[in-house]
Amino acid sequence: MLDILRHAFVQNAFLAGALVAIFSGFIGYFVVLRGQAFACEALSHVGFAGATGAALVGASSLTGIFIFTIIAALGMGALGDRLRGRDLEVGMVLSFILGLGILFVSIYTRSATGVVNILFGSILSVTHTDVLVTLISGLLTMVVLVIVFRPLLFASIQPEVAQTRGVPVRALSMIFLVLLGLGVSEAVKVVGVLLVFALLVVPAAAAEHLTHRPLLAILLSILFGLLSTLGGLILAFIGRWPASFYIVSLTSLFYFVSLGIDWIRVPHRYREMPHPSREVLPPSRG
Amino acid sequence: MFEIFSYPFIQNAFLAGSVVAVVAAVLGYFLVVRGLSFAGHALSTIGFAGAAGAVLVGVPPVYGLMTFTVIASLAISLLGRDIRERDIATGVIMILALGFGVLFLSLYHGYAERAYSILFGTVVGISRSDVLLTALSGLGVLACLAAISRPLLFSSFDPELAETRGVPVTFLGGFFLVLVAITISITTQVVGILLIFALLIGPPATALRLLHQPMQVISLAVILGLAYTWLGILLGANSSWPVSFFITAFSFGVYLPVRLLSKRGLKRVEIAFGSERHA
Repeated sequence: MLDILRHAFVQNAFLAGALVAIFSGFIGYFVVLRGQAFACEALSHVGFAGATGAALVGASSLTGIFIFTIIAALGMGALGDRLRGRDLEVGMVLSFILGLGILFVSIYTRSATGVVNILFGSILSVTHTDVLVTLISGLLTMVVLVIVFRPLLFASIQPEVAQTRGVPVRALSMIFLVLLGLGVSEAVKVVGVLLVFALLVVPAAAAEHLTHRPLLAILLSILFGLLSTLGGLILAFIGRWPASFYIVSLTSLFYFVSLGIDWIRVPHRYREMPHPSREVLPPSRG
Repeated sequence: MFEIFSYPFIQNAFLAGSVVAVVAAVLGYFLVVRGLSFAGHALSTIGFAGAAGAVLVGVPPVYGLMTFTVIASLAISLLGRDIRERDIATGVIMILALGFGVLFLSLYHGYAERAYSILFGTVVGISRSDVLLTALSGLGVLACLAAISRPLLFSSFDPELAETRGVPVTFLGGFFLVLVAITISITTQVVGILLIFALLIGPPATALRLLHQPMQVISLAVILGLAYTWLGILLGANSSWPVSFFITAFSFGVYLPVRLLSKRGLKRVEIAFGSERHA
């Protein structure tokens, strides 16, 4: 069992998986807090168009994903300064990007397997260079996120108050979307375009159900992500089913368990209380 | 350019595409008004997993699509009652289904080509009986929608008030999503999973920026949907680029200027939604 760890591709898979889980857990906390789950999903599909587009011009798929997601992140940020509740803008960008992806795929018809790898990830084909790129871009993301941590938290929870206090809410929103684009690009390699949501949003959502303290939630989110990714990889080596399937099942399990715990812990009558970060206040009626 | 209409498969594509465009525009209006774009995307993606499962056990894909999307739509409407949880619950159900999709594909050997055709669909491989089936089920969905349209509209715009008036808001929401699921299951055969999402969201999103009254918005959305589909098929048949690309490009190309020019329209829509604006 353990001698499997001597293979380079296994080491790379575990390293890349762990790195992506840590970075995603951190960014994911803000994705959940800011209600940008759908934007995250859309960005991951942008990554698909980026990867296929890069294959078309002969560039590496990671380059394509980076460029496309960052452009799309800036575009979505420009269309609506805060994307929550504006799911139409995201939906429109998403459908156009999917169309673009289809176009690239239809022009680049060399291998359907390559397309499926982009869609569902290919963690076992991660190279040493990929690990390095993930590490560097991930560290960069983390550093920026730590620098803007306090104002971003403020702007995410109480945008209006932050705005009046002089926090550059819109600029922060753009910066965050670009960071999210970077995070998505890293995660695509591990779980594939269709399942980025599993690493970026689900562990953080599970953590949010268990605690409202930011640092604790981030730590829990990273922990859930790590357990799911590494557990998924180990299961994939023992069993014969694909790693993506195990990873997704484990994160979903964490989510549903913490949802259940939240459900039991919080009395039902408080459940309708509006969340400070969401625009769900019922309209005032005269 | 127009001699392509003499080919029966182009005729079939036009007929089936038109039916799909009309049904998707009407359903899409409610989907957009209820803020369920993500659910629309998720359900069409979930359909992929269902199709993969059906291929694995060797039954026609439509059964797998139907099973997966209907169960998922019920789960989404149950877990998503809390608005702030809805996007996340939708996403979790989506990736869980996709996880199983990956599993099914890996168990089914020689999977790549098959996955590819399920995802991207082909508008040209449609038979006359496919057209008939699509038209009949489209009519059925529209009839169901017409029957619940008034209370559904009420509960979409003002759920609290509707609830106090005795409208079964939760039931209607669930029933509506099941209708969306059935539509997606049937139309996926015809236009592919990725395109149905574009037809559901694009035309109503544009129409909502321009008009206000539900019937007017739906009519404009139907017209836009038909126009995109016809132009898309026409251009797709005359070039080597896929039909889906043309349709999504038209849909986005019309939406973008409308969106940028109609700040006022946006405000009006928000007020009409009685929506979540800050004081």
